[in-house]
Amino acid sequence: MLSVRNLSVSLGPETAPVDIVSDVSFGIRKREILGLVGESGCGKSITSLAVMGLLPQPGPRIRTGRITLAGADVTQLQPWQRVEAGHGHIAMIFQEPMTSLNPVRRVGDQIAEAVRVHDGIRGAAALARARELLDMVRIPDAALQLSAYPHQLSGGQRQRIIIAIALACRPQVLIADEPTTALDVTIQIQILGLLRELCNRLEMSILFITHDMGVIAQLADRVAVMYAGRIVETAAVDDLFGYPGHHYTRGLMDCMPARNLGVRRLPTIPGQAPQPGTIAAGCAFAPRCEAVREVCRVAPPPRLRVSEEHEALCAFPLNGGRPA
Amino acid sequence: MNREAILDVRDLETAFNVKRSGRKCRVQAVDGVSLSLAESEVLGIVGESGCGKTTVGRSIVRLVQPDSGTINFKGTDVLAARGSTLRQLRLSIRMVFQDPYASLSPRRSIGDSVAEAGDINRVFKGRSDRMAQIASTLTSVGLDPSFGERYPHELSGGQRQRAGIARAILPTPDVIIADEPVSALDVSVQAQVLNLMMDLREQLKLSMLFISHDLGVIGQISDRVAVMYMGRIVELADTQTILDRPLHPYTQALMLAVPRPDPTKRIAGAIETGEPPSQFNRSIGCAYAARCSMANSRCRAEIPRLRPFGQNNRMIACHNV
Repeated sequence: MLSVRNLSVSLGPETAPVDIVSDVSFGIRKREILGLVGESGCGKSITSLAVMGLLPQPGPRIRTGRITLAGADVTQLQPWQRVEAGHGHIAMIFQEPMTSLNPVRRVGDQIAEAVRVHDGIRGAAALARARELLDMVRIPDAALQLSAYPHQLSGGQRQRIIIAIALACRPQVLIADEPTTALDVTIQIQILGLLRELCNRLEMSILFITHDMGVIAQLADRVAVMYAGRIVETAAVDDLFGYPGHHYTRGLMDCMPARNLGVRRLPTIPGQAPQPGTIAAGCAFAPRCEAVREVCRVAPPPRLRVSEEHEALCAFPLNGGRPA
Repeated sequence: MNREAILDVRDLETAFNVKRSGRKCRVQAVDGVSLSLAESEVLGIVGESGCGKTTVGRSIVRLVQPDSGTINFKGTDVLAARGSTLRQLRLSIRMVFQDPYASLSPRRSIGDSVAEAGDINRVFKGRSDRMAQIASTLTSVGLDPSFGERYPHELSGGQRQRAGIARAILPTPDVIIADEPVSALDVSVQAQVLNLMMDLREQLKLSMLFISHDLGVIGQISDRVAVMYMGRIVELADTQTILDRPLHPYTQALMLAVPRPDPTKRIAGAIETGEPPSQFNRSIGCAYAARCSMANSRCRAEIPRLRPFGQNNRMIACHNV
């Protein structure tokens, strides 16, 4: 459905660009949830904005790469150009639902506005469609909630409203950037369940961005792990947690408190992630890697295959690997 | 807990005045909380946003003024303390905050921030002693002494939180109140900072009130856990007891909702956890009744009291257990 090939996004002058996203490739199939996981600053949000055609101007720009949506090349197109060209839709939802909503307009009007833009219907018909969308995101008393203002709703309900607005354009791909990070766990689990249900029912694809390995394990079908602007591992979710290939993935899982209850000391990954532009030759993870060898510091790591549809960007992956 | 309590909180109530739709309202953030902290014990307080866990911590260091209740620290009445007694208390009970960027002054060097409590209370014997103590404190939190010369914006999130911790242990306190100290950090850094806090706790024999929304983090560092809901403690027990066999329906829901990093143990389908409660329309009975699958008419009419239950220091506030 969505395919990204060799995407690099860079900052700085044309003559000396600094890559903040390097050579990122992934694809999402219909009705699939791809989890993109990584720590802050790893480039996961920039990747999603590039896919969306929403990179801030002036600012980072796509240096190389190709983004195709339902077979059409949309790399250089702005969102509205994509719509006009009939290339299908990508919708996006963000972390903080309050800042995505207009605080002084009723939520019903805000959903109806999205409906008007995409379906060209207005008035009562648009409101009826808005009610339908609210039912879809499981908001009870839809009629009542349409006349509410954002501040009258709870965080979970606001995120449902945002999802309803995103669904107004009947997207084939939904990009969700940390949509549950600001929510309490009891509400988070509901939103995750809702996204899974919508993915199946509407035959959408979802690119789910998060820093939380627990959320990934609960929701994703496949996972891409990002580190310092690169995807360092891709695998089906069971394979990734069952036998991770990259040492960074392994480290991320090991240091989660939930996996170490009762252990005196948590395993850690020493040091911290490098800043863009300071990454030396060789593997960006080498300075923090416990299995580092001399070659890792000088040569860029190869992408090796750990198993079927499971690749790691590492010269010496865990659980073996052969040339992809 | 057989060890002697150094901090004892009884029937704490704290309310705030807020304006809602132009009308003045009172929000009962903490509604009768009692807890005690033993020497070198870590008590975790876990709960969702708005449950009052932060207000409990802030009341203890007098950052907010409680309406009623008593707080006793080593025989001193905390709520009645004034002047030098209060200053002394604030040296003994220190806070570590969630956002180390907001809690460190951007215009002061890390060294000055770390030494601030010592400066105010004149604990340093001259400049060289001050320098030496800053350096050794920074070293003990895993920062190079040269960080004393730097400013917060030059540090990463993890380094800033280490500085925030350094600030709370010079001079060495008896109790640290840590309010979501690792919530703003990436997991790999979070593990480093948690390990640091566990090390310091042992080296300095600190008691800690560790406030967090994350059961995983709480389970890692605490000896006992108190679960809060709408301003009250609903369950309290030894950490392992809570994790192995939560009894309060809310504790159970909370544990079920934590996303486990194990794709073979997915939660099937959508689970019904209900909407979070509002402080503005409180129910008469148990605050959790509206979301609880076990709720009956008694739950909706009568507030359950926190009472001892079984072994392992367990206390629970539920009519149906």
